[in-house]
Amino acid sequence: MSHKLTDQKKDELAGIANNIRQSIIEMLLEAGSGHTAGPLGMADVFTTLYFHALKHDPKNPEWEDRDRVVLSNGHICPVLYATMAHAGYFSVEELKTLRKFGSRLQGHPHREYLPMLETSSGPLGSGLSQAVGMAIADRMDHANSSGRFFYCLMSDGELDAGNSWEGAMLAAKERLYNLIAIVDRNNIQIDGFTEDIMPLESLVAKWESWNWHVIEIDGHNFEEINNAINEAKVVFNKPSVILARTIPGKGVREFERKFEWHGKPPGKEEAEMALKELRTFGGKVKSEHE
Amino acid sequence: MLHSKSKLNPNIFSKEVEQEPIRKGFGKGLLKAGENDERVVGLCADLTESTQMHLFRDKFPERYVQIGVAEQNLATVASGMAAMGKIPFITSYAMFSPGRNWEQIRTTICYNDRPVKIAGSHAGISVGPDGGTHQAVEDIAIMRVMPRMVVLSPCDSIEAEKATIAVAKTDSPTYIRLAREKTPIITTSDTPFEIGKGQIFWDGKNPQVGIVATGALVHKALVVAKELENEISVKVLNLSTIKPLDEEAVISFAKECGAVVTVEEHQIRGGMGSAVSECLAKNYPVPIEFIGVDDQFGQSGLPDQLLDHYGMEVRHVKEAVLKVLGRKN
Repeated sequence: MSHKLTDQKKDELAGIANNIRQSIIEMLLEAGSGHTAGPLGMADVFTTLYFHALKHDPKNPEWEDRDRVVLSNGHICPVLYATMAHAGYFSVEELKTLRKFGSRLQGHPHREYLPMLETSSGPLGSGLSQAVGMAIADRMDHANSSGRFFYCLMSDGELDAGNSWEGAMLAAKERLYNLIAIVDRNNIQIDGFTEDIMPLESLVAKWESWNWHVIEIDGHNFEEINNAINEAKVVFNKPSVILARTIPGKGVREFERKFEWHGKPPGKEEAEMALKELRTFGGKVKSEHE
Repeated sequence: MLHSKSKLNPNIFSKEVEQEPIRKGFGKGLLKAGENDERVVGLCADLTESTQMHLFRDKFPERYVQIGVAEQNLATVASGMAAMGKIPFITSYAMFSPGRNWEQIRTTICYNDRPVKIAGSHAGISVGPDGGTHQAVEDIAIMRVMPRMVVLSPCDSIEAEKATIAVAKTDSPTYIRLAREKTPIITTSDTPFEIGKGQIFWDGKNPQVGIVATGALVHKALVVAKELENEISVKVLNLSTIKPLDEEAVISFAKECGAVVTVEEHQIRGGMGSAVSECLAKNYPVPIEFIGVDDQFGQSGLPDQLLDHYGMEVRHVKEAVLKVLGRKN
């Protein structure tokens, strides 16, 4: 349950997020292709969801009453796979098969290969509408809340796509209190900074004008992430969007805030440097690998 | 002669033959499918009456979602509802769905393997005065190329009703092609229908040419068979399921007739005729002539004017029969 975080819990989440980031680096190095910045940037949000906020059971992924997580920007799937592995859905060892022939961990998520995924994704802009459809269907079956929440994790870049806003409009019309969108507001997309490619600001005003409840947070602050989810869950008669300001490449100084790291994996030396930095929490502690 | 086992409408060749738009059969079928199964839901992109979904909406308002003019949303929301166990039917004009939302259908419905049923109304050139923007003549091509997608093209409103009821019972993503204009009633409630099965509607003795037809033009194929009755023996196969193709029926049809004409209100490239020729080229090559739109866009006009202009009238089918017969020898 997503009650208030104790200091101990925050430390625990920080440790898990660090392990997930290490897994992301390791799996991308092994794969030789894939996206680096987005997965690292969203590790804290995914950790808070899967290790605190979500109603789910890694040993029973088909549990009917689980919350649903729709990953709309499928290209950040390394963070989804790594988080699911660390949460116990499958072995951490399997992460090394990312993007390889026959792997369950396709380059962009495909539920035919990994049925415990809620959706397949990759083409941008379509995840929110799928979560909207799920939330509408759930409400059709339950006059009172079923207790399930429908989370859509999406990127800021995919807000360029009209399909995203079509979903947003319908969610507001249908007053989907059971829907929580979390936008990774990291300000980068493949070709550059979002405000250069296609300006999104004022993003808060945009979502508010579509009649959503908007919460803006630091996407690396576990307390703020958790509080925002708790707030979104009790908003009456409206869908909520959490605009999570994140640093792309977070955790590895060399990768941070650089759009060049959006769509490429680290090389061997870069990966070693990154893992060393993560294992020492940026030089704060001594790595046990040394 | 009309194939007896098909139990077709005896008035087919009368000037007073009953007529009804194919889309009306969809509307009635959806209502029945909704009564049969409470998981059936309806979504529409601001064309509820003209796609005939209003019958369902009025009976089951709580299971109907008005999406507005947003066909990409139409497909993706339906995918999400299917993920929660619903059987969504989505409707618009074929030009917009599947015309505008092809990638969303591919990724969120077919790739995701969700049993969404896509009804594309106002398909074909006979949409008429609205003009080329509204005349979908590419929809069979873009749907049949998609893995998992089942593609149906009923020949009249009665078959459309049966098809709609049948697809609500399957787990497959499915496209149903519907036409706007009134179309002669060919079948009866007793005519057998099965997804994936072609049916012989006209059964000439020792046939010299076979016509494979689909959708609203099946009636024209039957008129040709009747008019040629004393000159050339023809057989007519109604191919209301374009995918999966009834290969067995198509191959045995080609073996028996030795030459084939395909008839559809669709682009020749990529349509039902292409599906038939892919099958026959591999299994039993015979001469084939194709009736359909020849790489052109439509325009405004009356349905009959347009069908004549673009080469899909009775006379064109007849010419194709003679031509393919000549190629046979």
